[in-house]
Amino acid sequence: MTYRFDFSWLPLYWPVILKGLLTTVELILVGALCGVALGVACAGVRALGPRWLRPVVAAYVELIRNTPFLIQLFFIFFGLPSLGLQMSELQAANLAMVVNLGAYSSEIIRAGIEATPRGQFEAGASLAMTRFETFRHVVLIPALQRIWPALSSQIVIVMLGSAVVSQIAAEDVTFAANFIQSRTFRAFETYFLSTALYLLLALALRQALRGVGSLLFPRRAAR
Amino acid sequence: MMTFTVWDILRNLLLAARWTVLLSLVSFLGGGLLGLALLFLRIGKRRAGRLFVQGYVELFQGTPLLMQLFLAFFGLGLFGIDVPAWLAAGLALILWTAAFLVEIWRGCVESVTRGQWEASASLGMGYVQQMRYVILPQAVRVAIPPTVGFSVQVVKGTALTSIIGFVELSKAGTVVTNATFQPFTVYGLVALIYFALCWPLSKSSQILERKFNVAHRHH
Amino acid sequence: MSLIAITEVKKRFGDVEVLKGINLDVERGEVIAIIGKSGSGKSTLLRCVNGLEMIDDGSIMVAGAQLIPDELHLKALRLKVGMIFQQFNLFPHLSAGRNVMLSQMVVKKTPAAEAEAMARRMLDRVGLSHKFDAFPDQLSGGQQQRVAIARALAMQPMALLCDEITSALDPELVNEVLAVVKELAADGMTLMMVTHEMRFAREVCDRVVFMHQGRVHEIGPPEEVFGSPRTPELQQFLGAQLVA
Repeated sequence: MTYRFDFSWLPLYWPVILKGLLTTVELILVGALCGVALGVACAGVRALGPRWLRPVVAAYVELIRNTPFLIQLFFIFFGLPSLGLQMSELQAANLAMVVNLGAYSSEIIRAGIEATPRGQFEAGASLAMTRFETFRHVVLIPALQRIWPALSSQIVIVMLGSAVVSQIAAEDVTFAANFIQSRTFRAFETYFLSTALYLLLALALRQALRGVGSLLFPRRAAR
Repeated sequence: MMTFTVWDILRNLLLAARWTVLLSLVSFLGGGLLGLALLFLRIGKRRAGRLFVQGYVELFQGTPLLMQLFLAFFGLGLFGIDVPAWLAAGLALILWTAAFLVEIWRGCVESVTRGQWEASASLGMGYVQQMRYVILPQAVRVAIPPTVGFSVQVVKGTALTSIIGFVELSKAGTVVTNATFQPFTVYGLVALIYFALCWPLSKSSQILERKFNVAHRHH
Repeated sequence: MSLIAITEVKKRFGDVEVLKGINLDVERGEVIAIIGKSGSGKSTLLRCVNGLEMIDDGSIMVAGAQLIPDELHLKALRLKVGMIFQQFNLFPHLSAGRNVMLSQMVVKKTPAAEAEAMARRMLDRVGLSHKFDAFPDQLSGGQQQRVAIARALAMQPMALLCDEITSALDPELVNEVLAVVKELAADGMTLMMVTHEMRFAREVCDRVVFMHQGRVHEIGPPEEVFGSPRTPELQQFLGAQLVA
């Protein structure tokens, strides 16, 4: 191979990359926080919400889990404006990530809730707690603790999936890479570098989530 | 301006969906074969093999599939080949699929209890015989539901190949949108077609899993 | 020469020396019970004889086959001694009959028809000929353990190692398994068994080995070991057993 690698463009373009990196971080922060919140809400509805609402939530979850994120993003950004819902690239990207993670995390959390020993519900009931109170105070935290590793993996997957928001011109790491390679014609180097950035981001995110986990759940869960 | 009926749109999308199906099959089968080879390295006795597969998995599960597609596309180009999109798409998806399947399958092999290894060893079986007659038959049964489940990820993953210019369902969606200016209808239909492809797979994975949990037994 | 010769065997797990120089010779046709507290090394010793654990020092010979950590030697050793486990470890994906046939066919290359005939004979011997096509999860614990015994017997070993084979069973199922073992002993099979069934050990065994802290602490015929224990450790152990 006679190809010579060339990273001489890096000093000129690193601010572009940095800006993309910040956008990606912002996307995953909002996505993870709101997405998990949505997931908890959906899992709660499916466990003890009104009967008519449960199939609605189930349909949302199935629809999201069985379609590509890219299409969800396009539908939100290009399709929704025809219903009068205009939004910026970044807003659309944020919304798509929240909706996506919400569906996945609700399934994960539901599994955690279903693994709760029957005795916990019965103990709550025997102490005169309502079903909501039992869910909120007795069931939810151990359930989240049980599935925290699975939830963390899903958040990392969603972060990596966010690379496609560049396709609606949200200015994330991938967008920066596309921009740079169109100027420098150094496609391989640019994507190599941004891939490495994503890898570091994934490692850092995994570490951060582990930290959050030990903050949220300081005591060992009883199985 | 030309007017397009919903049927026109759907027909064009369905024609493109054939490529989504084909690419999914190729990626899943190719990824399965590669994953199987990696599995034997991963659970084998040689340390170098295990480390290699661990690194491989870390790399492909820790980076976006989109980046892998770009690198395959532009990386193959470095060899001076004019890379067709389908080649880069197939290659990247196979490598990516293998990285996930090998981890799923490793979990299944490790779910077979130590007692099974010991009992078969005490009967005089060697490593290959233990694998062939005792461990893998049990692991395969555990592996079927999550493997079918992962095939959904492969189908959805093929959507990203539109970005490097492979014309499948998602790319067709963009093309048809640009021709019809009906993004809501077009992307809605695209989503429904993906759903029609993926949902049966998801559902059968769930059913298989439930069936497996009820009866651990064969026949 | 003894059938099983255990000489100066030492074994450590990390910093813990679990076997501190074991010497034990087992004659052909002898039935040996190994008793002792948990952690005394009795299960480890049994597992070493089958090559499931490697030893750090000393030697183990079974009818000319030596414990050497490579696949060929291990296979030769394991063809001489069968092993029965506490948790039965039947292959869940195979019927009882197939469980008994499998290793004959893949290890000894016995033709299927012959392996099946042997399997039927062995299942009959443990009183389960009618369960040939049953799967492990359709059998009671006692039945599973009897299939496991038939599976080991079908390899025609010269000795059987039994590692607490009734400990995982409900009390009412213990006797059906012990009855099978008793019959094997009467037929002249060489047996080494780690057990908590003191009465059974007393009735059936030729010699009893009391292990304590990785050593053979006392050894002798059951009437001696149970009747007049010499060391305070054995007296204490037997006292605790009586209370329990």
